[in-house]
Amino acid sequence: MSEAIGDIYAPAEEHGHSETVDRAAFGFWLYIMSDCVLFAALFATFAVLSRNYAGGPTGHSLFDLRYTLGETLCLLVSSVTYGFAMLAVHRGSRRQVLAWLAMTFLLGLGFVGMEIHEFHHMVAIGAGPDRSGFLSAFFTLVGTHGAHVTAGLIWMLVMMAQVLGKGLTLPVQSRLMRLSMFWHFLDIVWIGVFTVVYLMGVM
Amino acid sequence: MEHEAIESAGAGAGSLGSYLTGFTLAVVLTIIPFALVMSGALSRPMTVVAIFSAAVVQIFVHLRYFLHLDGSSQERWNLLAIVFTALIVIILVGGSVWIMVNLHYRTLDPAVFLPML
Repeated sequence: MSEAIGDIYAPAEEHGHSETVDRAAFGFWLYIMSDCVLFAALFATFAVLSRNYAGGPTGHSLFDLRYTLGETLCLLVSSVTYGFAMLAVHRGSRRQVLAWLAMTFLLGLGFVGMEIHEFHHMVAIGAGPDRSGFLSAFFTLVGTHGAHVTAGLIWMLVMMAQVLGKGLTLPVQSRLMRLSMFWHFLDIVWIGVFTVVYLMGVM
Repeated sequence: MEHEAIESAGAGAGSLGSYLTGFTLAVVLTIIPFALVMSGALSRPMTVVAIFSAAVVQIFVHLRYFLHLDGSSQERWNLLAIVFTALIVIILVGGSVWIMVNLHYRTLDPAVFLPML
């Protein structure tokens, strides 16, 4: 991905490792963009259905913004700790990479745990996805984001095992970099979620 | 064994400073909208404008400081892809809301949709 478009499609062996890594990163970036469009469709659905309460509970009565702020900070700090893991990758420090990945994993797990707790509470009080159009759209949008974070957590476990077993080889570094793109992307989607769903919902 | 690090565009090219700057800005841009909604300090339309502005700025902060997306030639194709995606997202979300609000306006009791605006 250097000067010209031809480079992207050039055979890998002519350019060596970094070209392969760059092409893989660009390909993954395109996947992330397509995921963006998927989330856009869910955001559009939520925006259209966001006031269709069908006589059921509203966002104002369901959401606790302090709880949402806690989830938000969990995810934001985990983005930064993943950044620190990437810095440790560049230094070549395997122990630090593992430590920062573990920290990121715990913060991500905390986020998913808080979300599951919130969903469970809502279903328990009769505000499940079958209650109204608003709640169907809510569970679809926020649940899809949560499923992505869960997939990221599984991926992170696999990468910790690979760093332990294989060390920081170029393919492992390349995968760690793509996971970092995925992880930061999920944090960006969450900005949209807390703004459109929670802040607008409470107002 | 000597450590061979990938020299790459994309999310790998950060520094400690960029992550800390990004984190500080992101925390501020998160606290402001939450504080505005929780305190109700501004009028409703002003609050809506403020929280969406904060969200858009924070998205740029994340792209710049966490994903290290800038206008450099290494990032040109990533940038082109995200600009195109942004266009699709705006058409998809903006178009849906526009059409549905219009439909409400033409067919339903205004009291149902006016609070949305």
